[in-house]
Amino acid sequence: MFAVITAAAAAAEAVAGEVAHQSGGGLPQLNTNDFAPQLIWLAAMFTLLYVILSRVALPRVGEVLAERRERIARDLAAAAKLKSETDQALADYEKALAEARAKASGIAKDTRQSLTNETDAERTKIEAQLSAKLQEAEARISATKTKALASVNEIAADTASAVIGKLIGQDVSAADVKAAIAARAK
Amino acid sequence: MAADAGGGHGPMSQFEIKRYFPLDLFGQDASFTNSSLFMVIAVASITLFFAAAMRNRALVPGRMQSLAEMSYEFIANMVRDNVGDEGMKYFPFIFSLFVFVLVLNMLGMIPGTFTVTSHIIVTFALAALVFLVVTAIGFARHGLGYLKLFVPDGVPIWLMPLIVPIELISYLIRPVSLSVRLFANMMAGHTMLKVFAGFAVSLPVFAKAAPVLFTTAFTGLEFVVAFLQAFIFTVLTCIYLNDAVNMHH
Repeated sequence: MFAVITAAAAAAEAVAGEVAHQSGGGLPQLNTNDFAPQLIWLAAMFTLLYVILSRVALPRVGEVLAERRERIARDLAAAAKLKSETDQALADYEKALAEARAKASGIAKDTRQSLTNETDAERTKIEAQLSAKLQEAEARISATKTKALASVNEIAADTASAVIGKLIGQDVSAADVKAAIAARAK
Repeated sequence: MAADAGGGHGPMSQFEIKRYFPLDLFGQDASFTNSSLFMVIAVASITLFFAAAMRNRALVPGRMQSLAEMSYEFIANMVRDNVGDEGMKYFPFIFSLFVFVLVLNMLGMIPGTFTVTSHIIVTFALAALVFLVVTAIGFARHGLGYLKLFVPDGVPIWLMPLIVPIELISYLIRPVSLSVRLFANMMAGHTMLKVFAGFAVSLPVFAKAAPVLFTTAFTGLEFVVAFLQAFIFTVLTCIYLNDAVNMHH
């Protein structure tokens, strides 16, 4: 590597040297006598710098940067884990709450249902009793009515026979009157 | 910007290399120069900064640690966006390039300092390093298939004699364009500053305000350029690396 540079420098030496002489001293940069010390020290110093940086300084910086990246990633992961745990706990709590609510409403519904059933049964029983009483009463009323109606005919016949007896002055048989009424009532 | 001590007073004197301690390494001149000094300062300040910033390794970062992390993420995102996750293997290399160029550019903004990246040989060496690394990665990952990079899909066969050399040249020119862009920007900016600062000294009193104001505004711009050029150097490296890693053309 270094030999190539010195070779290149040596090749340039002839040209540059001439230029320098022609221009009466010329640029200090073209003074070939100064090339060797600069190249030697450059090679030494750059190699030293490369070794220091690549072996010690850069790995150290890289380590710190990697460590920081790792730490941030780890913290983020921990935060994400805690968040998911929190979410889980919240979901559990909400589930429990919903369950309790469902249970409470179930109990309320059951109670309401059983109360309704009891009331219904009671009502049905009372209604049945009432309707039985009603029927009984109706039967009694109709019986009384029938009897009354029958009595009406008799009373009418009696009254009619009495009226006829008074009118014609002679007794008319009850059977005749009845027959006549029946015929008239048709 | 204003490295006058010992050198000349021209706008180019700030780019002169000064040898503090002569040193010889296997026959090569390895002297400790002002350029070496600022490379050492750059590496030391980057190391100290990261050591101080990451001392606590705090989960919640302080100011310094935030800055260190920001720079890390900035380049990491750049590599990921341009090359993908595959490219993260080469992240330390890209990051080293970025902070090295950035800190050298910024150190050069302090008055009296030397700007290492204003020298073509330094930027060329870095660009050549990028080029060689990218090419090596390309061949390592795709074998000879990496050469398909120079044969774009959907181009009619009769255009190939034209397209392939163009692609090849544009690939080989990368280290040159990459290095010249950085070097030229740094040199031009610092030269401009020096020239206009020189006007502030040499002009008569009633005209001094103009170059002073200009130099002040231009210094702000130069800070932007110092950052931008380090950024561009790094982004282009990422784009070249993407070719080598993914072969998306």
